[in-house]
Amino acid sequence: MKLANQSLKYFSFSVLLVIALWSAVFYLFMLEVIHDNIDEELENQKRLIIEKLSEDDFILTVSEFGINSYQVHEIPEGKAVLMRNSYKDTMLYMQDEDDPEPELEPVRMLTTAFEHNGHFYELSIINSMIEESDLIKNLFYAVVILFLLLVISIVFINKLVLQRLWNPLYRFLGQLTKFRLGETQNKPTIDTKIQEFSDLQQAVATLIRHNEETYEQQKQFIGNASHELQTPLAIMINKLEMMAEKGNLQEEQAVATAEMLNIAERLVRLNKSLLLLTKIENKQFFDNQDVSINTVVQQQVNEFEDTADFKNVKINVTESSQLAVNMDPALANIIISNLLRNALFHNKPDGLIAVEITENTVEVSNTSLHPPLDTTRLFSRFYKSETSSNGTGLGLAIIKAICNLYGFAISYSYEKQQHCFRLRFRAS
Amino acid sequence: MKILIIEDEKELRETLEASLIKEEYLVETAGDFHSALEKISIYDYDCILLDVMLPGGSGLQLLEVLKSEDKSDNVIIISAKDSLDDKLKGLELGADDYLTKPFHIAELNARIKAVLRRKQREGRNTLEMGNLILDLKERQLLINGEAVPLNRKEFDILYYFLLNKNRLVSKNALAEHVWGDNTDQADNFDFIYSQIKNLRKKFLATKAGIDFEAVYGIGYKLIEK
Repeated sequence: MKLANQSLKYFSFSVLLVIALWSAVFYLFMLEVIHDNIDEELENQKRLIIEKLSEDDFILTVSEFGINSYQVHEIPEGKAVLMRNSYKDTMLYMQDEDDPEPELEPVRMLTTAFEHNGHFYELSIINSMIEESDLIKNLFYAVVILFLLLVISIVFINKLVLQRLWNPLYRFLGQLTKFRLGETQNKPTIDTKIQEFSDLQQAVATLIRHNEETYEQQKQFIGNASHELQTPLAIMINKLEMMAEKGNLQEEQAVATAEMLNIAERLVRLNKSLLLLTKIENKQFFDNQDVSINTVVQQQVNEFEDTADFKNVKINVTESSQLAVNMDPALANIIISNLLRNALFHNKPDGLIAVEITENTVEVSNTSLHPPLDTTRLFSRFYKSETSSNGTGLGLAIIKAICNLYGFAISYSYEKQQHCFRLRFRAS
Repeated sequence: MKILIIEDEKELRETLEASLIKEEYLVETAGDFHSALEKISIYDYDCILLDVMLPGGSGLQLLEVLKSEDKSDNVIIISAKDSLDDKLKGLELGADDYLTKPFHIAELNARIKAVLRRKQREGRNTLEMGNLILDLKERQLLINGEAVPLNRKEFDILYYFLLNKNRLVSKNALAEHVWGDNTDQADNFDFIYSQIKNLRKKFLATKAGIDFEAVYGIGYKLIEK
């Protein structure tokens, strides 16, 4: 969920809560004020009625609520003595001007007792509370409108604030997403006066610097380690060769020597491939010039011709266009020869290798007895299909590294029982 | 023929020394910058194997000294660093060749022979063994004076063996020499085997006085019968 929506959600919930609470309190408060008002009014009426009694006895005859809002009943003395002023809410049939017939309506009633000429009377005075329920209704409407207004203004303010306030963060995020260790030159920057954001930038910059250092060290380490291995490997191989040359070995020793020599050779190949990979990744190939891929393919096909003849594999080259690429010639040779070597050594007897050069691509496809390769791991270091054990597992990783260096694209597909590697040098 | 090995790694120095003595060279060795400097200032050598990283100084400095005396053309640099800069610098200073460690003894032999042949300046472009002559200029093999046709790879292989007479040439060394540095698979072994077999057939058919001797499945020796 986006920051804008999330904060909107929280805002509207909390505003709803605050408004609900506020309207409840406000309602109770208003109710209290209204009751006080009505009670005061009733009290006032009582005083007026009793004052009027001294001039006119007519009041004593009003025994029903009619046009008057009061009624009087005579009661025995004993009961009157016990009576106090009492207010209560009750319902009565009443007819307002807009009502066709009487309806039950809420009223406030004051019941009290008084003495007149030695007689005791009970007096009830009522006051309609119809306005109060209207008030509650209106209050509710007001609260709903207030809520909607608040939410709408929050949406707008939120949008505005996010745009103004968070925009630097979004730009920063965009730069971070595109950032690649060892490839991107400029570090992500944030243009802001907000403390938290500049802190974030600092933290990210530190993290990146730390990572870059580690990355550099890692690269150098592989290079250094491979270099340091060269001399011990040289000693090992040369000593084993000298030992084998003497020719006085027992059969078992001879077999072991041969095995050790093979393993040492494998180590050498591995080491050389790692060195090459490190060199490519450290961008130590900078003799970029226009290289004719057609020529490179012809040269490499010539190199592999004898071995291909021996394995009875036919190499067909189709050139539908001339293809020149600006790159280091040594790397151009490596990339093509690695592709051809794979196509040749994973081929089947009486197989076929088809090389197709178009305006922007080179495609090498070969027949093989091997099943399709695992495309997710194909170009990772030390990937080996189940069927091969001789290789270093670095051939395709080297191709991939060269592609990364120059921005070429390499892809693999398996169609019509042919393994196909397509190298795209530039977008068409 | 006098050869000087300048290499700080004792084990490697001794192995190279033993191998070169087999080739019947006079071999001297130096393990650090100063003893090497002393040796090259006093004596002349037909070939110098020079390591770049030495205790006490750089092999390239020694090369500069040799260059100033116009004696740097018989130097083969042996370095663990396969760096283009070093290579160019070394060759600029007149070194004849640059060999990256690790290398095969057969390859070192071939490179030394090349340096020595250039140094002799006799214009001889043939290698001989028994009744066999390999003409490098015409790329032709003569056995008992008769031309024997060879394909390109057969010629390269035989040439390599003739530079390593009576020495073990491992299949790996051969594959690397014949197919270049970027061979990273041992799949060429079958092919080598078939090429050796073909050469052998040709030797038999022409009554050549030499033959390949298989060495424990590691490689072959070219020997006189």
